[in-house]
Amino acid sequence: MNLFLPNRCPGRLIVVEGIDGSGKSTQISLLSQWLRLRGYAVAFSEWNSSPLVRETTRRGKKKEMFTPTTFSLIHATDFADRMERYIVPLLKAGAVVCADRYAYTAFARDVVRGVDPAWVRNLYRFALKPSLAFYFKVPLDVALGRILGGRDALKYYEAGMDLGLSRNIEESFRIFQGRILEQYESMIEDMGFHVIDATKSIEAQQKQMRRIVLREFGPARPEGVLGAEVKVARFQK
Amino acid sequence: MPDFRNRPPLSYYSTALPGLDYSELQGKLIVIEGPDAVGRSTQVQRLKPWLEELGHAVLDTGMARSALAGKGIKEAKEGNTLGPITMTLYYATDFADRLENEIIPALRAGFVVLTDRYIFSIMARAIARGQLRSWIEQTAGIALVPHAVFYLRADVQNLIRRVVVGKGAFDYWESGLDSRFGGDMYESFVSYQTRLIRVFDQLTGPYGFEVVDATRSSEQVFEILQGSISRIFAMDPAADYRAKRRRARPSRP
Repeated sequence: MNLFLPNRCPGRLIVVEGIDGSGKSTQISLLSQWLRLRGYAVAFSEWNSSPLVRETTRRGKKKEMFTPTTFSLIHATDFADRMERYIVPLLKAGAVVCADRYAYTAFARDVVRGVDPAWVRNLYRFALKPSLAFYFKVPLDVALGRILGGRDALKYYEAGMDLGLSRNIEESFRIFQGRILEQYESMIEDMGFHVIDATKSIEAQQKQMRRIVLREFGPARPEGVLGAEVKVARFQK
Repeated sequence: MPDFRNRPPLSYYSTALPGLDYSELQGKLIVIEGPDAVGRSTQVQRLKPWLEELGHAVLDTGMARSALAGKGIKEAKEGNTLGPITMTLYYATDFADRLENEIIPALRAGFVVLTDRYIFSIMARAIARGQLRSWIEQTAGIALVPHAVFYLRADVQNLIRRVVVGKGAFDYWESGLDSRFGGDMYESFVSYQTRLIRVFDQLTGPYGFEVVDATRSSEQVFEILQGSISRIFAMDPAADYRAKRRRARPSRP
């Protein structure tokens, strides 16, 4: 059984994955600017950002109402909304869609929370297969050093406090991120991630990404959108 | 699809919830299912006081009533931006929240849980909109296998009469207008509800629905439900199983 639906749209979907502090957001931002300069129509979609679901997620987090199952389902709902209303229409129109986190984030996080791996993979079967999936590989200590030094207080679910790993929020965050890292590492081969060494300089990482994108996309398309022929990928038999 | 009818009570369909001890669940789970306007809520309203009179503590629940997602779903349905897959998953979130935070605690406390719709309406709506059955079936597979699922069945003509006489107008969502099943509200209602009934019929065998003819009077439907529910309490399969085990044990002289 296929994990995702094939992308039969003319547009391309690029996703970045990795634990917090791996530097993936910086890299996808640089990449999308570069693609724009090369003439592509570029759109951007961030994990957990659907306006339709925002209030529900906020309520659940504020009141600490989530179980592993409802946490998983609300993120899938958020993802579905972005997929149906934003990502798919833009791909049909020939845009390059850059996604900061994709279904793989759920495969890693939700499984760490105790959700059945086969169940959560099935949940995202309506997702389109990315053209390119970059994984930012980074040792836990490096990522934690980037995160824990210069930022606001960690949040309850972000630190995995719902798992009861530790009463100390920073310690909980360490253990939680460590387990998520293990899940990512175990997915690399199956998911066909392009692994970026996230301990290298920002410039070196970006150079490697651009090389892979060039190989995948071919020469620049100054006309803005990719292709003209639209074949709709449908989520049904 | 395996036959769930003979499974022991209160297990899950295909996926266990993390961290739940299913053996703690003592109560009864009774589901009333069926298409829109078929009279489910009326029956739940009658069954609840009847069960309470018999001495059972009853929790009644239904779709979009969760503390987590109920409000969000209602707001999303008022807008014009709720996509079909998003809708399925939003309802699945609502269901899971009620399952884990209402239904399971009530069953643990020995309540009778009476639910107006269950996973089957979510499944039927998804399948009627062309979403893969295997996808929604596995997603909803975290649900508990109920002690009984009563499928209130009526044909589309009967549903139309109920809508026109009852509310006097067709509803946007009950007509499936989000997916444009027909040229106008009426045509879309007929086409969408026909699809829903077909899906419920397809689910009847595999999920062991007890089909109740809902074209009869409300009084007659109530009597049928009372009869079947009484039998659930009379023939408690778990109690029966425990009794058999006791009998099977060699008695010491």
